[in-house]
Amino acid sequence: MPDYRVREHPILPVEERPTFEFTWQGQPMAARAGETIASALFANGVRIFGHHHKDGAPQGLFCANGQCAQCLVVADGLPVKSCMVLVQPGMQVQPLEGLPVLPEVEGVPEMRPLETVEVECLIIGGGPAGLSAAIELGKAGVRTLVVDDKHRLGGKLVLQTHKFFGSIEECYAGTRGIDIATRLEEEVRSFENVQVWLNTTALAVFSDRRVGVLQSQHYVVVHPHVLLVATGAREKSLVFKGNTLPGVYGAGAFQTLLNRDLVRPAQRLFIVGGGNVGLIAGYHALQAGIEVVGLCEALSDCSGYKVHKDKLARLGVPIYTSHTILGANGREQVESVTIAQVDRHFQPIPGTEKSFACDTVLIAVGLDPVDEFTRKAKEFGLPVYAAGDAEEIAEASAAMFAGKIRGLEIARALGRDVGVIPPEWHHTAEILKSRPGAVVVEDIPEREEGVFPVLHCAQEIPCNPCTSVCPQGCIVVPADDIRGLPEYVGEECTGCQRCVAICPGLAITLVDYRQDREYPTVTIPYEFLGHTIHAGDVVTVLDTEGAILGNVEVVKVRAPRMADRAHLVQVRAPREIAKRIAGIRVQEEAVAEPLAHIVGRIEDDAMVCRCERVKAGEIRALIRAGIRDMNEIKALTRAGMGACGSKTCRPIIQRLFREEGVADFVESTQRPLFVEVPLGVFAGISVGERPEEAVLVHATDIHEGGV
Amino acid sequence: MTTKVYDVIIVGAGSVGCPAAFFLAQAGIRPLVIDQFASPGQGSNKAAIGGIRATHSDTSKIRICLKSIEIFSTWQELYGDDLEWYQGGYSFVAYREREEQVLKDLLRVQQSYGLNIRWLDREELLEVIPALNPHGLIGGTYSPGDGSASPLRAAHAFYRRAVERGAEFHFNERVTGIITRGHRVVGVRTDKGGYATGTVINAAGPWARGVAQMAGLDVPVVPDSHEAGITEPVARFLEPMVVDTRPAQGSKNYYFYQHKPGPVVFCITPEPPIVGTDRRETSAFLPMIARRMVDLMPRLANIRVRRTWRGLYPMTPDGFPIVGRARELEGYIHAVGMCGQGFMLGPGLATCLVKIVQGSLTPEDEEVLAGLTPYRDFGGEEKLK
Repeated sequence: MPDYRVREHPILPVEERPTFEFTWQGQPMAARAGETIASALFANGVRIFGHHHKDGAPQGLFCANGQCAQCLVVADGLPVKSCMVLVQPGMQVQPLEGLPVLPEVEGVPEMRPLETVEVECLIIGGGPAGLSAAIELGKAGVRTLVVDDKHRLGGKLVLQTHKFFGSIEECYAGTRGIDIATRLEEEVRSFENVQVWLNTTALAVFSDRRVGVLQSQHYVVVHPHVLLVATGAREKSLVFKGNTLPGVYGAGAFQTLLNRDLVRPAQRLFIVGGGNVGLIAGYHALQAGIEVVGLCEALSDCSGYKVHKDKLARLGVPIYTSHTILGANGREQVESVTIAQVDRHFQPIPGTEKSFACDTVLIAVGLDPVDEFTRKAKEFGLPVYAAGDAEEIAEASAAMFAGKIRGLEIARALGRDVGVIPPEWHHTAEILKSRPGAVVVEDIPEREEGVFPVLHCAQEIPCNPCTSVCPQGCIVVPADDIRGLPEYVGEECTGCQRCVAICPGLAITLVDYRQDREYPTVTIPYEFLGHTIHAGDVVTVLDTEGAILGNVEVVKVRAPRMADRAHLVQVRAPREIAKRIAGIRVQEEAVAEPLAHIVGRIEDDAMVCRCERVKAGEIRALIRAGIRDMNEIKALTRAGMGACGSKTCRPIIQRLFREEGVADFVESTQRPLFVEVPLGVFAGISVGERPEEAVLVHATDIHEGGV
Repeated sequence: MTTKVYDVIIVGAGSVGCPAAFFLAQAGIRPLVIDQFASPGQGSNKAAIGGIRATHSDTSKIRICLKSIEIFSTWQELYGDDLEWYQGGYSFVAYREREEQVLKDLLRVQQSYGLNIRWLDREELLEVIPALNPHGLIGGTYSPGDGSASPLRAAHAFYRRAVERGAEFHFNERVTGIITRGHRVVGVRTDKGGYATGTVINAAGPWARGVAQMAGLDVPVVPDSHEAGITEPVARFLEPMVVDTRPAQGSKNYYFYQHKPGPVVFCITPEPPIVGTDRRETSAFLPMIARRMVDLMPRLANIRVRRTWRGLYPMTPDGFPIVGRARELEGYIHAVGMCGQGFMLGPGLATCLVKIVQGSLTPEDEEVLAGLTPYRDFGGEEKLK
């Protein structure tokens, strides 16, 4: 039986957890306590969860976030979203073939009275922005409720195994995302006036300025004086042939399975999109032992940080810029991918097609703010703020800063005396949001004596931990802007390796000529399993951008505490290449080889609305026939009427309008709910007991503020 | 500038205006339909839940809706569009003697009109609707000839087929005046221009009163709002539309059915009524209706709610539509005040409107329309709104 669990990981702890059996189509399978049905199925190599009632298309996991219903399965007779429901011992799980059968119910279930709660500030989303705001509101004494749909706080931080950029003083730079989540959570939990409801999904903002939330199957109507939307982002989808085959996922779903549930969703992965999200996902995949066949980006260069791109290239992943995906191929699931080079108008150039065998295609083509709550609150006159990706797509470090600022703004709006928001906060927030600068030629120092760091950092990004950790103060960024390129100045390097250990981009090496001027040692950061590299091994070393420099001998492998689970690998290298060495190749060249033939997908099944199975061709035809109202497209095709509530297809339809040269079209009306919920929940029926933490904030305790 | 001349101008491309345009064009009369929204059915049509029944309590609505059912049920065969028509019937259920009495009294009237409706006792009703809560159930009416269809699909089909037959539609255009000369309609003014016509049909739904006032007329149409919702699609488990007429805190009756593609569509009548044109969703609706629905049909507890919305019922004082020519103004025709039943009345009514325009009403048609005359005494009350 296949086993796709991550048994060891260089960064993430792999806890021992009780295992038990459940069945899939009557076959026994092993599950780990506390994992979702979807993760348990993936761990057992199952990723086709059923077939669509309309056209029989294979269905599987898509958002892994409870937002759509692509992953429905029938568990003990009840149709459920497998990405949200935990697997239970003895649970009988069946695929959903066609429409679900509504289970019979004996007798009228007990219905509890409707619960309402009044709070000063409701924060939707306990990620970097929401938590940072909650801390400020906590300090200001504002009665705050944070709701988050996951079982732990931190949002996407809990999926981030890499070290963060930014500055140490202001936003935990150099610390791994997973650890930042823990620190923020501890601080939030220290405030009595801040309450946290986990496993709580916000469903809608209503015209009476109430927010309906689902707290572990209990419906609660929250009446906030102010709403802070810190809901993060939603991944953009892409239209191509085979785009709904099981095996095509967004980076979020992929990282959830991999880094939260420690299940390998892929054996061989191809990535579409060269932004930070795609680049980082590729790195995470390699860390978990997944082969990364390649990455394509339609632009002429990756839009993500150069250090992320270089890191991936150095590990042996080819990056195809000016390339687009033509199709994901396979009958029931992804078996290969076909890409092609594009011209200046992003049109594929015939004859440039390449196909690669892979079982997973990861789509990382950008993010959109989750802004439906903000828009509804504005429409209904509920005072509302947004922070983080929900306001503007940027790095998590920027989200934390925006959260702090919003927290103070809200406290002030509620009549608290919080003083003036330091003007430099706004400045820092802007810097952290800034796009990476132009790439400069790498500055390799001339000297070949003593010991000194080489900074393989050739693009301005908001990041400065190396300057903070150097005990000699030898690394500086020019002027008062952490976006500047760091420079090694002076002669005082002692070879302490702190800069090598902290650099989030893994872009610093230490070259030491003190023992042997002809064969200096080079210290390289290495975030893979320790037992994969030993002194005496011969490894392939590469320059910053991944060009092979040669094979060298490993002389020492250490994992000092300051490197925080990373290893510092020392190699001995000839003088000619020592300063240019930036990394060690981990993936064999053969992994990335294209297939000998081009795989074409004949069926035009590029889907726009995956819930209702509406193809791009159908929507284009309607636009060309003169339709200018998205509501009309909805009426005619049902596109947008499905389980995800048009979250996936809405931006695609807007894009199709623009591609057809139509700028003046009518947006479709959006209605609650934003997530599907069983009718019984609204009737006050609850499954299981209410969690302990759900002590209510009483309306009488509310400070009457200035709103 | 030459003004374009139309045989008829219809104000409103909704549940009444779209079929009216189709049947007029079919009869060789060229209409222009003007609507303030961007495409057909974007006013109240798309808010309708889709129920279609002939089992009313008066001859006018019964005859009109029988015609509508004929049109809905034969449309795909005749014109090819799938309106998602499903003949699942209607059932008004009784759990108390009071409702039993009212429904049985009404049944005699309905049967006297020859309608296919009968009383089912508890056991018989549970055979038709096995998911009903059997506790305290007395029985209910069952009218298997009634059914449901998709309002948006229907509006669109009428619209497309009307355009094929020469009708014109102007969207995103607002009527600002009815032009008269003496006591005669001569044209319509809009925010984008003016059009000449001898005949105007007001089919403006909840906005009808304002349109009538442009012609110097008044019709007692006041909108109130009802909220509705739709669930995920599930395998068929429910045949008829179920109507529970018991009053409860905050609401009067509520009703739901399983639409042809599988979802359950539901709606409630607030009590007291919420008067006005506010169409924004409230937090009160779902908890209110969910309790009643789950109590009536526990199996619904597990069906996932997908969307909710609020729609307008253009109400008249007696609960009956207002249809017919204006005596005060030649060429002006009322087709307003559908009281939340515009979707089921629309197609049948459209065939009457053609005859009104043509002046070809038969004595039988006159009888049907007599109950809907604008000049009646509005003191009566509809039994089953």
